[in-house]
Amino acid sequence: MAERSLATRRTLRLVLGLVFAFLYIPIAVLVALSFNKGGLPTAWSGFSLKWYVSLAGNSAILSAGLNTLIVALVSTATATLLGTLLAIGVEMRRRHGKALEALIFAPMIIPDIVLAIALLSFFSMLNLTMGLHTIILAHVVFNLAFVCSVVRARLKSFDWSIVEASADLGASAFTTFRRVTLPVILPAVIAGALLAFTLSVDEFIIAFFTAGAGRASTTLPMQIYSMIRFGITPEINALATIVMAVSITALTLSQRLNRGIIGQ
Amino acid sequence: MAPALVWLTALMVVPCALVLALAFFRRGIYGGIDYTFTLENFGLVVDPLYAGIFLKSARIAGTATIIAVVIGYAAAYAISAAPRRLQPVFLFFAVLPFWSNYLIRTYAWIVLLNREGLVTQLLRWLGYTGEPPSMLYTEGAVIAGLVYNYLPFVILACYAPLSRLNPELAEASRDLGASAATTFRRVILPLTVPGIAAGAVFVFVLSIGNFVTPALLGGGRFQMIGNLVYDQFLTANDWPFGAALAMALIAIMLLVLMAQAMFADRAAGRAAEATGGADG
Repeated sequence: MAERSLATRRTLRLVLGLVFAFLYIPIAVLVALSFNKGGLPTAWSGFSLKWYVSLAGNSAILSAGLNTLIVALVSTATATLLGTLLAIGVEMRRRHGKALEALIFAPMIIPDIVLAIALLSFFSMLNLTMGLHTIILAHVVFNLAFVCSVVRARLKSFDWSIVEASADLGASAFTTFRRVTLPVILPAVIAGALLAFTLSVDEFIIAFFTAGAGRASTTLPMQIYSMIRFGITPEINALATIVMAVSITALTLSQRLNRGIIGQ
Repeated sequence: MAPALVWLTALMVVPCALVLALAFFRRGIYGGIDYTFTLENFGLVVDPLYAGIFLKSARIAGTATIIAVVIGYAAAYAISAAPRRLQPVFLFFAVLPFWSNYLIRTYAWIVLLNREGLVTQLLRWLGYTGEPPSMLYTEGAVIAGLVYNYLPFVILACYAPLSRLNPELAEASRDLGASAATTFRRVILPLTVPGIAAGAVFVFVLSIGNFVTPALLGGGRFQMIGNLVYDQFLTANDWPFGAALAMALIAIMLLVLMAQAMFADRAAGRAAEATGGADG
């Protein structure tokens, strides 16, 4: 870039400082207050871990946490398998139509509320009893699209002639996949899976509509939503801090793996 | 790839087609669905009462988009002007909040804006003694929440073209006598329009159909289209009308995406012309 005057550089630094303050102050306040001793949600009265301890004894939150884990693990595993195969299938073909692209792209941009009501209408029309299984069915829809897009990005630079070479040398299609294709795309597959896991752990609206009646299939975001509507408590601050830490860790890891891909 | 396509068809295409079909039926007397063809649900969508909510949603989404683009572009510009080795770090931390739970990021604003929140305490500390200002449960709070939630994406979208910008173009412009402001307006800005458009479309589309932010930061009676759809399905039990609203939402979204695609094509043409001209 061209030489900049001192004033310009100062202004740019100020802009960055303000934007980062805007992005991080709300989160920092939330995290700080989760360690607040007093019961008042916003006034600081000393450091304490008691809200984390009280979380551990809250059975509603624990069961919601377990439900979230089940939904996220099962939907991630399914979506990773389906999404990876889809990515390979799409990229192996030389030409593909716009309809196929639109079908794969749609789950990523369709408003949550629309997919949520569509699945609710669909499941109730089939007279399906809703619960964790219907949330899983729903989560796989958007998760597989995200896995597919991450894996496809990796496959763009893939040399398909090595697959042909493997087949020419007598390897079966499965052996070729396991020994040739998979090792190359593995970082992208794991990155996609971590992304899917985080999306599933954080997803609220679709789960809310496809969980059915009763508390048995309440997920963590559903639990958080009902707690937030009730009011501010230090317990939500503690829970929020844990959930943020988990998703940020998973996605930082995912990002690392993807960076590795670009570096190669 | 077949299982994935079957999954997407069975659990996305078919349900969405079902919602489209639902929109043409009547609401049953007891809340169910009466299978007689009607267009009155779409008539209701353009009824002043509900059209008003669409306009309000569009206004809120539009305001959030403009604010997010201005802040996001400034941030992306500042990042692209930072030393090369620091840029990925800044970018990483700009996008990091985007990866935490949406509900929690929205909740953080309840903590900030409530009557005894940080903002009120800050005002008190500055010597303000009156009633705490009511900031939460206002349209402003909803806009702030939307800008906060989607800003990282705008920064990312605007940074991409800014970082690829050829510095010689700006230098050439300055050498030919253009001021810094003119160089920005005539050279830098036009070349980075695709990033701005991508960011803007993203914020607008996600904001106009948003349900969580208006529900949490706008208060119980605050309604945008998303909340209206929610109510039709979970409280008012008028699924056909809710389906018509959802289809109207999808139509708006598709229009915006199509406009962006057309705009991007034209902008790409102009950018090619501009760079070609500079090289020649």
